Amino acid sequence: MGPIYIMWLRQLKRYFRSRARMIGSLGQPVIFLLAFGFGFGRIYEKAGAGNYFQFLAPGVISMAVLFTALFSGIEIIWDRQFGFLKETLVAPVSRLNIMVGRTLGGATVAMFQGLIVLGISFLMGFRPNFQSILVSLLFMFLIAVLFTALGTAFASQINDMQSFPLIMNFLVMPLFFFSGAIFPLKEISPALTLAVSFNPLAYGVDGLRASFGGESFYGMGIDFLVLTFFCFFFLALGSYLFSKIQI
Amino acid sequence: MKNSIIAVKKLTKKFGDFTAVNNISFSVSKGEIFGFLGPNGAGKTTTIKMLTTLLLPTGGEVFLDGHDSVLEQNEVRKTFGIVIQDQSLDDELTAAENMEFHGVLYQVPAALRQQRAEELLRIVELWDRRDDLVKRFSGGMKRRLEIARGLLHHPKILFLDEPTLGLDPQTRYHIWNHILSLNQKADVTVFFTTHDMEEANRMASRITIIDRGKIIAQGTPSELKKKSKVKTLEEAFIKLTGKSLRDEDASDIDTMRQHKKMWRR
Repeated sequence: MGPIYIMWLRQLKRYFRSRARMIGSLGQPVIFLLAFGFGFGRIYEKAGAGNYFQFLAPGVISMAVLFTALFSGIEIIWDRQFGFLKETLVAPVSRLNIMVGRTLGGATVAMFQGLIVLGISFLMGFRPNFQSILVSLLFMFLIAVLFTALGTAFASQINDMQSFPLIMNFLVMPLFFFSGAIFPLKEISPALTLAVSFNPLAYGVDGLRASFGGESFYGMGIDFLVLTFFCFFFLALGSYLFSKIQI
Repeated sequence: MKNSIIAVKKLTKKFGDFTAVNNISFSVSKGEIFGFLGPNGAGKTTTIKMLTTLLLPTGGEVFLDGHDSVLEQNEVRKTFGIVIQDQSLDDELTAAENMEFHGVLYQVPAALRQQRAEELLRIVELWDRRDDLVKRFSGGMKRRLEIARGLLHHPKILFLDEPTLGLDPQTRYHIWNHILSLNQKADVTVFFTTHDMEEANRMASRITIIDRGKIIAQGTPSELKKKSKVKTLEEAFIKLTGKSLRDEDASDIDTMRQHKKMWRR
């Protein structure tokens, strides 16, 4: 347990020490809430779809978790370049434990970031149903673990930061925009529906929205099952790729 | 090969067309202080990486304390400690936290961990700075911390890749004293590289010289000097490896620093 705990603790310490990064990464969710929430709100309502801000907030919370989680995983690239990865790779601890500790640390940080955005959106007028807050936390946790593991899997295969914009534009952005975070999934074209159904985040957003009292597209049970499946899949993939790292 | 704690057989590493380590074999006995010398780019660091499971060999075998470094990686990792040539600290943690992190990873019991951390941080004169973030340290201070960290647990084999590079004579003296006492009291086998021939001459009980991926000489410092018919190990080294300068690929850490700055803005 010791090594897992210390890996977890390290991620938390790094996060809480760099306030700039913490505050900086809140910028994007806040802009989305302001621009989309207040920009589209009126049209959405006129179309008879209800309160857009109530709809959008769970999506933006998911986005905050997604971004922080993926970046925590991808931090391995930095560790590799600055040498610290070697310290963990030669230690007499199985790489699975190192990966698990790291992933839990990254996921904790990502959940924390999600909770901050939840607080901000509450201040901006989001009124969720807090009765099933434990379910909401569970969905946030699954999203966090899933994408930290995915980030780790990617970072294990990458040697330099040059590929970073690639990940940003071809992974993070599509995951977010094609997840139903900013638009409802019902009544979109069948092609888009199909594409979205392959996106793990779609189930995270849907489940989180439902847990807050919003309308669900897939059904909360399906959300949970699919998300859990993806979660274990990426954990296994991440662990495997991490264990194969050479320096 | 009964008493050899490190056994290397026909070890080879190729990167594409380039053969960094070419079919080398050697062994190190338990309790030895083994100097592994060679010019830049000779294959020293690549060899150490293969010995410490950081890199898979293209061919050949490595056994540490009887365990195969490819097939029994977890067992092998329990046998050694290493001070790496490049930086390997977490610079967003403090000196004490880096020590603590290492101690937990290597499962040193808590009380012993603290006692040794204090002793070692005092030796490298960082005890007063233990609660400062490593990113505020100078290069020399980081180096000292790294060595202190590497000595926190007492492994069977200690790999030191140019451990005293850039340190002042006082610190070198204290660090070597500590290493020698570990060697004598805890029977720790030491495998080290250095460019300081005087240091190699004084500390190593046996030396192996590698050049262009091949082993070109082995023996005690006095044997090597005798064989080359010269007075100092430095002269013997030059005689064996020639006078031409060697190129080493620049590490990409510098480019990375730039990127890091860009990304964090």
